Amino acid sequence: MVSISSRYLPDHEAEALAEAFGPNGMRRRSLLGGGLAMGAGLVGGLTATPLSAWAADAPEAEITVDQARTAPIPIVIPSFGPGVGEQITQVVTNDLSNTGLFKVLPGSAMSGTPDFAPYKAMGAHAAVTGGFSGSGSIRVEFRLWDVLAGQQIQGTAYTTNAANWRRIAHIIGDVIYERMLGEKGYFDTRIGFISRSGSVHQPRMRLAVMDQDGANCRILSSTQTKLPAFSPVRDQIAFLSYASSVPRIYVFDLASGHQRIIGDFNGVPLGPHYSPDGSSLVVPVAKGSGSDLYSVNIASGAKRQITSSGGAINVSPSFSPDGSQIVFNSDKGGSPALYIMSASGGSARRLSYGSGHYGDSVWSPRGDLIGFTRISGGQFSLGVMNPDGTGERIMTQGYTVESPSFCPNGRVLAFSRSGPNGGAAIHTIDITGFHEQAIPTPEGGSGPTWSPLNV
Amino acid sequence: MRLKLLGALGVAALLAGCSNDHTNTGANTGSGAAVQPSGPVPGSEADLVANVGDRVFFELNQSGLSADAKTTLDKQADWLSKYPQVAVQIAGNCDDRGTEEYNLALGQRRANAARDYLVAKGSASSRLTTISYGKDRPTATGEGEDVWAQNRNAITSVQ
Repeated sequence: MVSISSRYLPDHEAEALAEAFGPNGMRRRSLLGGGLAMGAGLVGGLTATPLSAWAADAPEAEITVDQARTAPIPIVIPSFGPGVGEQITQVVTNDLSNTGLFKVLPGSAMSGTPDFAPYKAMGAHAAVTGGFSGSGSIRVEFRLWDVLAGQQIQGTAYTTNAANWRRIAHIIGDVIYERMLGEKGYFDTRIGFISRSGSVHQPRMRLAVMDQDGANCRILSSTQTKLPAFSPVRDQIAFLSYASSVPRIYVFDLASGHQRIIGDFNGVPLGPHYSPDGSSLVVPVAKGSGSDLYSVNIASGAKRQITSSGGAINVSPSFSPDGSQIVFNSDKGGSPALYIMSASGGSARRLSYGSGHYGDSVWSPRGDLIGFTRISGGQFSLGVMNPDGTGERIMTQGYTVESPSFCPNGRVLAFSRSGPNGGAAIHTIDITGFHEQAIPTPEGGSGPTWSPLNV
Repeated sequence: MRLKLLGALGVAALLAGCSNDHTNTGANTGSGAAVQPSGPVPGSEADLVANVGDRVFFELNQSGLSADAKTTLDKQADWLSKYPQVAVQIAGNCDDRGTEEYNLALGQRRANAARDYLVAKGSASSRLTTISYGKDRPTATGEGEDVWAQNRNAITSVQ
């Protein structure tokens, strides 16, 4: 393999980028491994085989992108073929386009090493070629090409059950994302949420899960459910259920479909929140006039109180990725604001000082930002700030925009948006505040929680 | 003592005001004419709503009980003492100017405030359960303070 560098953007485009994506811009990481483990929701197995470059003089290349970017990367993605091949092409195209970081250009399919001249002429920086074959067991072949250098960047053939075609498309999208942008993608992920139906005055609220693009939506609970949280490491969702006379915390195992009650609280539990290693939950428990945070070991059920509110409401705890700190929402200062404390408890430092009320504290998996909901002047805003409280930036506003949840690479947040007469829907927005999109769901949706990257 | 007396007077006034409720007791059959049952059954949810007041209201993000709220809860306490077989649930609700999770806690705070007041007035805590719906069950929909004020409440209902 040969490493090459390729500048994709003129210098004048590089500056705003740095602001949007941090001082290091977007940097390539190591080449992807050749194999992929079996994944969540995968029917049958999945085999990924590296494909060598077509021509001996065109070895696999690695692109280094040192600049941050504002303009979308032009990439040509011709159809992988009729039927399922075309469906795969559409899913890959949608995934990349929805990021706002790629501009997908149509092109005619080519076999073998593409003729790069027409791709160069249309301004493409990269090209994808692919093919599809089989019916019960399918083989999807895919290659990513550096158009400017005229070299193959990646080539992989996936063999799997036909039912997995959509996941293969997301996996291909993630490979392209990672090879072009230098960090892991988030297409092969799911979003847990509350599917809302019935009247606005008495909604039916059921736990549901869907692919990050809204496909494969499944309702998981028949009873009233609220405040779900996806485990950061496994196929498990914790949630608050009203199945019994008192609200209880459950964890639902997506692979087996089994669920069980976690903890027995001397008070009323609110929404569960996972520790970064997935071994414990932090649960606010309402008692008297306040609510305090409790850490609960999922396996043993052992509990430990980590705040002493003295009647204040402490909710929405979220761990730093290293597990050392917790950001949370408290009204101990008189109105709801964000605070940070050690994960083991102790004194807390106030983080938010803007006007209005702050809530929904959520720490990015990258560690660099804290997402929040701000309610000020009769309007809801969704924003991010640095973990030291500086750099507050509002991404979007509305009658209500709330319940933010980061995707695994920290670039995009899912949230719920609703109007004065209800109609809650799941939306996504990237941390720069661009590319807000509604995720289609069969019913209304609220309380999104993003899964880790499927493994 | 004064509160208890007022409470008793309140119940007397209540009984006088809805004599048609008592058809089933045979109390109003003196005239010999058949009296069609109408109005809420005593001790029922409808009775509570019509003759006592099932809900109290709160200021934004607050759970303190206003004078009006205390008056309503006093009546509820009297009503509960009159119908000792009745168990009630107090549901705390919030307007939608708060986040889901904060409002769930705030609704619980409001329900607990109403419950604690009723207990202080002599209602047995074993008859009172609480639940918070946060902002999931608005009474009124739409925008503006008039709507939001209706939705910041604690509602007592017969179980």
